[in-house]
Amino acid sequence: MDHHFARTEMLPPQAPPITERGAVKWLRENLFSTPFNIALTLFGVATIYYLISSSLPWWLNSVWNASSLSECRAIVEASAGEGATGACWAMIREWWGAFIFGFYPPDQWWRPILAFGFLFAALAPVLFAGQAGNLTKVLGAVGLFLLLTLYLSAAPATVFILAILLVGGMLALAQLRPGQLLLFTALYPALCFWLLWGGSIWSPIVAMAGFGVLYAVFRFASPFIGLSPAAGAGVLAAVLWWLYLDVPVVGALQSILPFGLQAINSDQFGGFLLAIVIGVTGISFSLPIGILLALGRQSDMLIVKTLSVGFIEFIRGVPLITLLFTASLLLQYFLPPGTNFDIILRVIILVTFFAAAYLAEVIRGGLAALPRGQYEAADALGLDYWRAQRLIILPQALKISIPAIVSTFIGLFKDTTLVAFVGLMDPLKGVTQIVRADINWKGIYWEPYIFVGAIFFLICFGMSRYSMYLEKKLKTDHR
Amino acid sequence: MAMATDVPKNGFRLSMLVYDTRYRSYTIQLVVLVLFAMAVAWLLNNTVQNLEARGKEFNFGFLWQRAGYDIGQQLIPYNNDDNHFRALLVGLANTLVVAFWGCIFATVLGVIIGVLRLSKNWLVGRLMTVYVEIFRNVPLLLWILLTYVILSEITPAPNAFRLTDEMIAAGTAPAAEMMFFDSVAVTNRGTNIPAPLFERGLGSVDLGFMTLNLTFLAIVAVIAGSVYVNRRILASARATQEATGDRPVTWWKSILVLFAPVLLLFVMLGFHLEVPTLKGFNFSGGILVAHPFTAMVIALSLYTAAFIAEIVRAGIQAISRGQSEAAFALGLRPGRTMNLIILPQALRVIIPPLISQYLNLTKNTSLGIAVSYLDLRGTLGGITLNQTGRELECMLLMMLIYLSISLSISALMNMYNNSVQLKAR
Repeated sequence: MDHHFARTEMLPPQAPPITERGAVKWLRENLFSTPFNIALTLFGVATIYYLISSSLPWWLNSVWNASSLSECRAIVEASAGEGATGACWAMIREWWGAFIFGFYPPDQWWRPILAFGFLFAALAPVLFAGQAGNLTKVLGAVGLFLLLTLYLSAAPATVFILAILLVGGMLALAQLRPGQLLLFTALYPALCFWLLWGGSIWSPIVAMAGFGVLYAVFRFASPFIGLSPAAGAGVLAAVLWWLYLDVPVVGALQSILPFGLQAINSDQFGGFLLAIVIGVTGISFSLPIGILLALGRQSDMLIVKTLSVGFIEFIRGVPLITLLFTASLLLQYFLPPGTNFDIILRVIILVTFFAAAYLAEVIRGGLAALPRGQYEAADALGLDYWRAQRLIILPQALKISIPAIVSTFIGLFKDTTLVAFVGLMDPLKGVTQIVRADINWKGIYWEPYIFVGAIFFLICFGMSRYSMYLEKKLKTDHR
Repeated sequence: MAMATDVPKNGFRLSMLVYDTRYRSYTIQLVVLVLFAMAVAWLLNNTVQNLEARGKEFNFGFLWQRAGYDIGQQLIPYNNDDNHFRALLVGLANTLVVAFWGCIFATVLGVIIGVLRLSKNWLVGRLMTVYVEIFRNVPLLLWILLTYVILSEITPAPNAFRLTDEMIAAGTAPAAEMMFFDSVAVTNRGTNIPAPLFERGLGSVDLGFMTLNLTFLAIVAVIAGSVYVNRRILASARATQEATGDRPVTWWKSILVLFAPVLLLFVMLGFHLEVPTLKGFNFSGGILVAHPFTAMVIALSLYTAAFIAEIVRAGIQAISRGQSEAAFALGLRPGRTMNLIILPQALRVIIPPLISQYLNLTKNTSLGIAVSYLDLRGTLGGITLNQTGRELECMLLMMLIYLSISLSISALMNMYNNSVQLKAR
């Protein structure tokens, strides 16, 4: 009889040796695995130590209440001893209005605030199409933001009530019919224009009516002459409306029902208000133009293709600055004598063209990355060109190019600082230069740049994170 | 049963131009062409009218008038008696030199950061991520302005470098010290760096419109010759390797061929460095690099490096892990795996976006106006434009020049790109 021994129950697992678990293992693997890695770690630690040791006292000694740089320095020396340095954020306290609004009259600050708040309300139906939960969150945040900032900027009571009613109405709509919110998005450009520049309420309404004319003519004519000629006729009618009927109709309405806001001149715009106005308008108009240009470049039609390629290559070959100078110096040569339109508008047009050319290349990349089978399948289904693009090609191509599209937008937003070179007051060069020339704050440099840089960073970083979220959300392939 | 019928042969009707897909594209193209021609005609007509109304005419004769302004940094001889065209050339050279150094520094920095971002070292990886995010999400203009302000406002005056007898007696050091073995001095007036001088230089030849520095030419010729010989050595080594399987040792030959002739030439020409020294109230000797230039190069390369780092990282990550695993399985060490397997493949992914970064950097040099750096934008599009009032001509010329720079950079780099692309049959 043989005796053998077999264990009937498992031994409890032993903890791994101390060097193979917990913080020690992590440190060994991530920081000290090889001599080269150790050197890198030491270098990293030294860098961090240097950065912190040289700037931490400066941050800790920050001063928030002072009326000049010398006073700031005196306060720092009094509290932290001789020779100590400290940040002087009191400058921001005194000048933040100029950084945000430029020379916009302080009693009208509620207008850009309202426009900014509604911007998100208008964007939400596009960004979170049909997601009632997210829509509610965004609208709620907009409501809270408006409540707080309108209160802080001492807005008139009527504005307060109207804003709350509007946001409340949209919140209710988001619960009942989220799709209808897109109507607000369509109306937003006119509302925003009117809020920011003021003047008669009729000019944006009559201008928007041009689109109504376009649609009406299109609907009326399409049964008789077909879709594309009807679209052409609609555009023609709208252009005629804008060219010849716009001004007299506005005048007539204004004389019957005079209602408007105090008009604000473009040279009073400045700071981040200006950057956001140019950036957002440029972004929203450059995307459709960019798509059209990309399609034009991919087109079989020789003339359309040549024109698109020429436009894209020209715009991409010259620096944005030269285009901005074109806006400020040359546009007066190209337009009929006596035409003089707003400098911000001119800059927006050129910035839009600039971004559109870059977007066109990005989207072309997306179009090229689509497998040929997708195009062939669309043809096989018998879809016409526009249906195939709208239903099959573009949704996929745009999804592929989201990261690059958003980087183009980020670049566009950063480039809004260049408008300083055509005399507009951007937050970076325009306002900062005024602050640094102020006799009280002469010699200050870190604080304004850090402040402006931090805001730019927040906005651009936010955009890039949103694009990552979108990419993940739209990811449908299984890898 | 349905039968395929022939296309009805009832002739061409006018409505087919709109409704028949065979002809519609011609209609569309015609409409586009007419619209385009109308727009161009409208613009030209307006321009002619406007020019007439202002009593101006369109010609480039102003380029040959006396410029009458000074340019701080000049790579080709220029004084304010020269004409506007000469000023344009000086500006163009300034644009190109900033772009050149910017591209070099940005590439070096970008590759290092991109590779470090992928390193297994957690701390360094995070540091590099922070760097990339900070530089990518803040406008370039801020970096240019900040660098310039720091250079010109924090740095000490030349006086601070003075070491007087009393200070020696008291044993105190001057307020500021020169860097790199007392050879570089950063003051609020500029950066003084050592100048390379040749005791027995070859002189220069005046070609009328510019002077040719023979010493410089000789050095370039010798370096080119060394590079050529080195390539021949490598080619013969490869031939030997393919014939016999053994690769002859070439590294010492390469080093000798690449460096010895240049060193010899330098010794023959009597090369030495002229170190800047404090004389009177300012530094003399050496080269004074103006702060606008330094600020532009530093800011442009730091900013572009962040983008290049991302490109490099994406390029390396695009190579599938199997490639490096296969290389390790073959017994290649990490260094050779990188050089022979990963990099050649990653380069194909990296190069196209890298080209556009170089283009961006070159175009971004036009921001030099923010720190009064007189590049093409500052001379032709700045002072010349303001002096002569010829907006149309100056802007047109400037755009054309930038356009041709961009197109030639992209053409050159595309040629290179084609040479490294996968040769598919």
